[in-house]
Amino acid sequence: MSLMHASVEPARLPPSSGQVMAWLLLATLPGIATLAWHFGWGVLTNVLTAAAFGVALEALILKLRGRSPSATLRDNSALVTAVLLGVSLPPGSSWWLILVGMVAAIVIAKQLFGGLGHNPFNPAMVGYALLLVAFPLPMTQWAAPHGLFGPDAMSLPDALQLLAGLDGNQGLDGMSGATPLDAFKHKPETLMASEFWASSPLPEGAMGAWRAVALAWLAGGALLLYKRLISWHIPVAMLGAMAAIATLLYGVDPSHYGSPLFHLLGGAAIFGAFFIATDPVSAATSRKGKLYYGAGVGILVMIIRTTGAYPDAVAFAVLLMNFAVPFIDYYTQPRTYGHRAPTRGIKVKQLDDDLEEPR
Amino acid sequence: MAKAFDFPGGIHPPQRKALSTRTPLIQAALPTHVVLPMDQHIGNPAEPCVEIGQRVRTGERVALAQGMISADVHASITGTVTAIEEHPIPHPSQGKRLCVVIERDPNGDDDWCRMPPLDWRHADEDTLLERLRHSGVVGLGGAGFPTQIKARVRELHAIDTLLVNAAECEPYITADDLTLRTYPDDVIEGAQLFARLCGAERILIGIEDNKPEAVEALNESLRRHAEDSVPIELKIIATRYPSGGEKQLIKRLLNREVPSHGLPADVGVLCHNPGTLRAAVRAVRDGEPLISRVVTLTGEALARPGNVEARLGTSMHELLNAAGLKEDELARLVMGGPMMGFALDTTALPLAKTTNCLIAATEHELPAPPKEQPCIRCAACEQVCPASLLPQQLYWFAKAREHDKAELFNLFDCIECGACSYVCPSHIPLVQYYQAAKGEIRERRREAHKAEHARHRFEFRQARLAHEAAEKEAKRQARAQAASRVAARTAQPSRQEPRGEDAATAKEQVKQLRIAQAAAKAALRKAEKALARASEAGEGELDDLEVQVATARENLQATEARLAAAQKDEQQGEPRQ
Repeated sequence: MSLMHASVEPARLPPSSGQVMAWLLLATLPGIATLAWHFGWGVLTNVLTAAAFGVALEALILKLRGRSPSATLRDNSALVTAVLLGVSLPPGSSWWLILVGMVAAIVIAKQLFGGLGHNPFNPAMVGYALLLVAFPLPMTQWAAPHGLFGPDAMSLPDALQLLAGLDGNQGLDGMSGATPLDAFKHKPETLMASEFWASSPLPEGAMGAWRAVALAWLAGGALLLYKRLISWHIPVAMLGAMAAIATLLYGVDPSHYGSPLFHLLGGAAIFGAFFIATDPVSAATSRKGKLYYGAGVGILVMIIRTTGAYPDAVAFAVLLMNFAVPFIDYYTQPRTYGHRAPTRGIKVKQLDDDLEEPR
Repeated sequence: MAKAFDFPGGIHPPQRKALSTRTPLIQAALPTHVVLPMDQHIGNPAEPCVEIGQRVRTGERVALAQGMISADVHASITGTVTAIEEHPIPHPSQGKRLCVVIERDPNGDDDWCRMPPLDWRHADEDTLLERLRHSGVVGLGGAGFPTQIKARVRELHAIDTLLVNAAECEPYITADDLTLRTYPDDVIEGAQLFARLCGAERILIGIEDNKPEAVEALNESLRRHAEDSVPIELKIIATRYPSGGEKQLIKRLLNREVPSHGLPADVGVLCHNPGTLRAAVRAVRDGEPLISRVVTLTGEALARPGNVEARLGTSMHELLNAAGLKEDELARLVMGGPMMGFALDTTALPLAKTTNCLIAATEHELPAPPKEQPCIRCAACEQVCPASLLPQQLYWFAKAREHDKAELFNLFDCIECGACSYVCPSHIPLVQYYQAAKGEIRERRREAHKAEHARHRFEFRQARLAHEAAEKEAKRQARAQAASRVAARTAQPSRQEPRGEDAATAKEQVKQLRIAQAAAKAALRKAEKALARASEAGEGELDDLEVQVATARENLQATEARLAAAQKDEQQGEPRQ
C-alpha cells in the first residue's frame, strides 16, 4: 500500500488521468488548426459539435447508469473521443451524421461496455467505421482545400448551414471531392501513376494540404512522446510496417502502387499512429505486445489500402487489431524476475478435482 | 560506485529523510511499564514462561519460542509482571494479541540479567547457534524473521556472499542510517560473525548514495578492521526505490536472480539488515538479548523528529510525546515507510521488534489518496515494476477474481513494493488488490489441501479395513483348508479330478498378487521418500504425507496377507496333482 502518490506530490509528474487526457487534447490542436486552415470552417464545426454531443451523451448515460456525471466527466475521456471522431469526419458534416457517430462511439462502444477503461474497441473508430459503412456518400466527400479565408473559401454561415443539414447552396457541391488516397485507388487500371498525377485528379493544393496536416499531427505526436503520455512502440511499429510494405510494393511496381511517402503522408496514417492506435485502453499493454499490435495495424492498413475496398483503412485496421489484443497480451508477457522464461499463452490449471482419475 | 547491474523500473519518491537525520541517535528514557507482545516475528507466537507477580530483570526470558519458526521474548526492563493478557499490537490486522506486561520497580534500577559473553571467533558453531536461539533476535528491517533460522542456512544451502542490506530505500526511514553512523563497528563485527556461521567468502554492504555520513563511518571502521578474516566490500548505489528489496539488491549488486518462490540462499546469498547484525553481535559478544531497538520517529507532526534507541514494549505514545507530538496536527500515524508500511489507528501501542519507523504525518504531507478512477491500461505501473510484472493485467484479474489467470501472470512474484500504486494516474490502490487476491488464493489452497487430506485419511481407513479383511480371510481359508484336509483324508479317492484346474488358477493368482505386492512396495517407498524430502525442507503438510505413508503400508500388508494365503493354497494344491 503506497501512502504516497506521484500525482499528489506538489512537484512531480506523472499527472492524473484527467490531466493525461487534457494534454492529449492539447496535442490535437496543431492538427486541428492545420486541418481548419486548409479545409475551412467545417473542421471546427465538426469538432465542436462532436464535443458537445460527446459530453452530453456521456452525461446522459452516466445518469442512467446511476453514476455521478460530474466526477466522471472530469476525466475528459468523452471529450477526447469526440475530438478524434470530429477531425476524422469530412469537414462540414451534418449534425445528424455526427450524432449517429457519437452515439455509436460513446453509448455503444464505450458506456455499454462499462465506461472508461472497459471498452475493448476504440470508441472513436467504432463511430467512424459505422458511419463509413452506413453512409458512404457523405463520408467520402471531402472538402476542397480552399482554406479559411481564401477567395473560394466557404464562409462560416455556409459551414453552419452544412452543419444544420441544409444543403441548399448548390455551389457547395463543387467544393468537395475525393481524398488523395481515394482518387489514387480509383485510378483506371491502364493508367500509369505518372500519367494519373499529370491529369490533376485532385483539387488544386490538395496533396500539399494533406501533407501539411500529416506533419501537424506528427508535431502533436511528438508532444505526446515528449510528455511520455504514449510510448514510441505503437507509432514506430505501425509506421515502420507501413513504410516497409509500401517500399516493397513501390519497388516492385511503381506505376500502380503509391510511394511510401504518399502512404505515410497522404491519409490518416500519422494521425492514426499517434492518436488512434495508441489508445491504451484498447491497445496491447506490454511493451513487446505494443510492437506486435502496431505492426499489425500497419500491415492491415496496407493490405486494405492495396487490395480492399476502402482507400484509407486506419479505422478498420485498428478495430481488427483490437480483436487480437487479448491474444497478444497472453503471448507477450515480459520475463518476470526469478523466472527463466516468460509465461506464454493461457495454461490455466484445472482446479476441479473431480476430473482426477478414479481410484 | 557499484557496477551497473540493474533491476527494471523503480521510482524516485521524495526522500524526506533529512527530517530525522539532523540529530544524533539518542537513548529514550526508561519506560515505567512495557507491554511485550508474544507475536513480534514471523512464525508461531511465543508462549509466556513467567507468572503474574513474578519479579524479572532486564534481559530475563519471559516467553519461549514455539516450534521451528519462532523467537523468545525477553523482559526489557527490571520490574514485576503485572498482567499476561490480550493487548492491541502494531500489526496490519490491528488486532489484539497476548502480551506480558511489566511494571518497572519504583526505585528505578535497571538490573541486567546477562548471558555469559562468548568469544565468537573461537567459540564452536553449536554454541553460537544455541546463543542466537535464546537471544530473541529477529530481522529488524521490518519483516521480523527469526535470525537463528537464517544462521542455520548452511545446513541446506551453500552461501558464498553475505549481503548487508543497508539500502534503506523507503522515504522517511533512517534507523539503519543512524545505526551505521553510531555503531559501525558492531555492524561490521556482526557481519563477520554471520559470515563465519554461513561460510560466506565475502561480505558486501549495499548502501544508497543518500547516506554519505554512514558511508564515511563504515569506511573508517573498515580501515580499523582491515585485518578481518572475510573481505568486506562497500557498494554504493544510486538512490532508487525499491533498491532495498532483497531480490532487487541481489540483482543490482551481484546480477543474480532469486528464483521464483525461492530464497536468496538458493543463489548463494544471505541477506541481513545492519540493525539485526548489531543485535546478533550484542547477544553473542555481550550476552545481551534483544530488548531494545533503534526506531525513527519522524513526520511533520513532531517538533523534535529523530532516531531513538528505545526498550521494546515502550508505549508509542510516550516515544512520540518525547519527540514533541503535536496532536492537533497529526492526521495519520504510519508504522514502517510510506510505501509498504501501514496506518495505525492509535498511539496506544507498544514498540515491537519490527517497528523500524513511526511517521506522525500531517494532512499536508501524506494526504488521503484521491478518488479511485478506472484503469486505462496506460502502463505507467508496468514501467516502474521492479519485478517485470504486468500490474495493469494483474489488477484486472484480481478485480475480476480470475485467480488462475492472476497466478499465470505471476501474481506471487509481486513484492508489494507499491511503486505501481505510487505512479498510477487513476489512483488505484493496486497493491491492496494484489494482497486481497493473494489472500484468497492462499485460502483456497488451504481448503483444497484440507479436502485432499480428508480424502487421504478416508483412503487410509479403506486400506486398513481391506488389510483386516484380507487377514481375516487368510485365517478363515487356513481353517477351511485344515478342515478340508481332515475331510479329504477320510474320503480320499473321490476328490482327485478338479485339482489340476484349481492349481492353475492358484498359480495365476499368486503371480498377480506378487505383482501387486511389488507395486505396493514401490508405492510405500515413494511415499516415504516424499515424506523424508518434505521434512528435510521443513515444509508444512507433513501430517498429510504421513497419512499417505500409512495408507501405503496398510495396502502392502493387505497384499502380503493375501499373497501368503494364496501361496499356502498353492502349496497344498501341488502335492495332490
